[in-house]
Amino acid sequence: MNLHVTINNEPKDFICQPTDTLLDLLRREAYSGVKVGCSNGDCGICAVLLNGRTVNSCVVLAAHCQNKKIETIEGIANKDGTLHPLQKAFLDEGGAQCGFCTPAMILSAKELLDENPNPTDADVREAFSGIICRCTGYVKPIAAVLAAAQEMRDAKGGATA
Amino acid sequence: MNEAKTLPFEKKAIGKSPWRVDGIGLVTGTAKFTDDIFLKNMLHAKILGSPHAHARILEIDTTAAEKLPGVVIVLTYKNVPRVPHTTAGQGYPEPSPYDTFMFDTKVRFVGDRVACVAAETPEIAEQALKLINVKYEALPAVFDVREAMKEGAPIIHDEPDADGIHDRKHNIAAHYDVEIGNLANGLKEADFVFEEEFETQYAQHCALEPHVCIGYLDDNHRIVLRTATQVPWHARRIVAQCLQIPVNQIRVIKPRIGGGFGSKQEVLLEDLCALITVRTRRPVKIEYTRREEFIASRTRDPSIVKMAIGVKKDGTFTAIDQRVTSWTGGYGGHSLTLLTNVGSKTLPFYHCKNVRFWGDSVYTNLPVTGAYRGYGATQGAFAMEQVMDMIANKLGIDPIELRKKNHIQKGETNPVFAALGEGKEGHDNPIESCGLDECIDRAAAAIGWNTKHRRYQKRDPNAKIKRGIGMACLMQGSGIAGIDMASARIKMNEDGSFNLLMGATDLGTGSDTILAQIAAQVLGVTTDKMLTYSSDTDMTPFDKGAYASSTTYVSGGAVKKAAEACRDKILKVAAEMLKEDVANLRCENAKVVSKSGKEVPFPNIISRSLYGQNQFQIEGEASHVSYVSPPPFAAHFAEVEVDTETGQVRVVDYVAAVDCGVAINPKLAEGQVEGAVMNGLSYALCEEMVFDELGRMLNPSFFDYRLFTTVDAPKIKTILVETYEPSGPFGAKSIAEIGINGPLPAIANAIYDACGVRMKKAPFTPERVLAAILAGK
Repeated sequence: MNLHVTINNEPKDFICQPTDTLLDLLRREAYSGVKVGCSNGDCGICAVLLNGRTVNSCVVLAAHCQNKKIETIEGIANKDGTLHPLQKAFLDEGGAQCGFCTPAMILSAKELLDENPNPTDADVREAFSGIICRCTGYVKPIAAVLAAAQEMRDAKGGATA
Repeated sequence: MNEAKTLPFEKKAIGKSPWRVDGIGLVTGTAKFTDDIFLKNMLHAKILGSPHAHARILEIDTTAAEKLPGVVIVLTYKNVPRVPHTTAGQGYPEPSPYDTFMFDTKVRFVGDRVACVAAETPEIAEQALKLINVKYEALPAVFDVREAMKEGAPIIHDEPDADGIHDRKHNIAAHYDVEIGNLANGLKEADFVFEEEFETQYAQHCALEPHVCIGYLDDNHRIVLRTATQVPWHARRIVAQCLQIPVNQIRVIKPRIGGGFGSKQEVLLEDLCALITVRTRRPVKIEYTRREEFIASRTRDPSIVKMAIGVKKDGTFTAIDQRVTSWTGGYGGHSLTLLTNVGSKTLPFYHCKNVRFWGDSVYTNLPVTGAYRGYGATQGAFAMEQVMDMIANKLGIDPIELRKKNHIQKGETNPVFAALGEGKEGHDNPIESCGLDECIDRAAAAIGWNTKHRRYQKRDPNAKIKRGIGMACLMQGSGIAGIDMASARIKMNEDGSFNLLMGATDLGTGSDTILAQIAAQVLGVTTDKMLTYSSDTDMTPFDKGAYASSTTYVSGGAVKKAAEACRDKILKVAAEMLKEDVANLRCENAKVVSKSGKEVPFPNIISRSLYGQNQFQIEGEASHVSYVSPPPFAAHFAEVEVDTETGQVRVVDYVAAVDCGVAINPKLAEGQVEGAVMNGLSYALCEEMVFDELGRMLNPSFFDYRLFTTVDAPKIKTILVETYEPSGPFGAKSIAEIGINGPLPAIANAIYDACGVRMKKAPFTPERVLAAILAGK
């Protein structure tokens, strides 16, 4: 079947099978920042943004994404190549260890911060609740999101906590 | 108090937390893990696992599978070499029985290898597995080590060509015993003897990246294995052994790894990938599914640890006896060393003249156990640190004081170190750094021990939800003394940057970064001037692999020496240029600076060396072995709430203080503690592989095998207590494993403090805790 989607703001047309998952499609098209952890919707590390919402791409059919907007970790940095504040904060805070779940965490955090620029620790925990990370104990990824939120608020020059 | 106040060097590149050297790739999605290359014409292979826990394969008919369009090759015991070996990636010769074959005519656990199909697509390979007709003769199976050791139990390894099994008639894969002093006399001298038995469960590492390997042939038809491994050199050696080809025909490349925690200290897929690649001349990928990861990779070995500790009224220990029986599952890869580590990481911890260790690692028809962060020390600490708590309670002294009175100190050693090493006698291990008392004091203050311990119940004895606090002290090692070797090479580039080529295997811990920091510290540059490339058996020198808490300490030692060798050459060239004596020169801020104030920048030095006079490549190479394994020490404190009506345990607060010597990179060091502690908490409270009466795992998915997520995770406070370890690179010791050993005993002790029940069996599920509470009433 023919599929039209927007990936990281670029319009794309693919031919895919009705049984292809979004994960299959993205990895086949070399968006290798999307990782495979369980193929069952349990671990959350294949998360991408679909029309701004995190989905586990292993349990979303590619066909379901017709004419929709997909964001992957490859599209998060600024166009000039500078890092998104979340990416920078993950590096500053040591939020990435093996890095296998990091794309999913950064995308989930982006969804959170897009809606709630002033999240609490509990908000971040809720946003990450569908993602399993075995390396970090979640401590530094949460700190990274809170630091990025602060930086983004500061950059806007306005609201504080 | 803080013995590291005056370090014999000034921290420059180390002691800081720069961005990880692989960080940009990790946060932008460009990091290439094993599966992140896309080869044309690649085959996909799938493994047929045994449905039986114990069975003989009478016949395999692969005709239908081979006829399925798209199937390229089917491997079974009929068409692969039969070579007894071990899958455990350890130094050679391995301390393991050779009880494994690529394929055997017998299967020993549900999920054991029966056949492998490579096909054009994963779907075809999967479909072909169903067309393989296997005739099994089911054999009686045994799942409990106590049953497996009995006379008349099914013999799991009856194949005559297996080698190195301790006592196959009783299914004992490995045994070790040693006595220091006289245990019987020690027990007689005691005022009290505490005899207790503890049992831990099957658990899985749950690295988010499953085992995955891609094999292909290079331009000259050599096998390249791109694989998620913690042990590239052992993988190369074991694959060569299995295929009976020389190691020169194999190159192992370790890309970025998505976590290992010990599970990837094992050769599970590489042999199949290599053989399929050789026979088909095509690239092939094998990746475990999550289900296979649970049942067919490796797991933590459940253990029964029986302790008998004799103690005087004043808290002096007169005897310590530790009897360990552990599950090795269907194969015995890590059986001996896991076993001895239970004792070697707990028995030397406390002063006692009469000590005995006695251990058996026993085959059953359950999944194979193996290396898992903590490596036996976790099970040992669970037992030892609960008995410490019992003793303190009985004697009416503070558990902290009991530990402080008895734990090993700087300047001391313990005969257990020499008597009980890595599956054999070890090396004496004089302690040259120990910050444990400071760990205890700072963690106790952070959690409020003095106002809480033994006080909650007095305040509110009738509360339904009871609070309690507990603590545990821990030690691990830093590499395996006298066995682990690492090497590194550093060469200088025209712009004053350096290629750091290391055998050391970064499995996601950040070791590439901290090793770069060590080299940068020696060479007087910032860490970003180090271009790291690690773990490629063709391109980098040897390293034992990433296990046994060895990378910072052993590999770091090699990197430091290599950097020093490189520095010496830089200084020699600079001495010619500056017409100064080498003794007056030092490397600083990417320059060589003399005491007289003259200086020359690195690019000028290397430019002269590559293009000017007496040309040569400025580089350094070194290997490192340590004959001591300095323990990191830690004190963990847990505060819990126990719901006495449901048995639910909630961790309210957790503090982990650790002495890892000098933290090369404090944030990465903290990250190691936090990750290990969270894994330990999850293991203590909810993780358990559950099996039915036929040995089938009932919960092989993240949906049914629960591990902590952000909504379960308590806040963890990490305290790094700095000491200076003279034998380590810039005073460093290890940190990766020790943190996982604390939650089991600390939480168990806290549960006791809360409601007076002793949790001797893990995990502390609501069901088990409630049963213990009801039994105590």
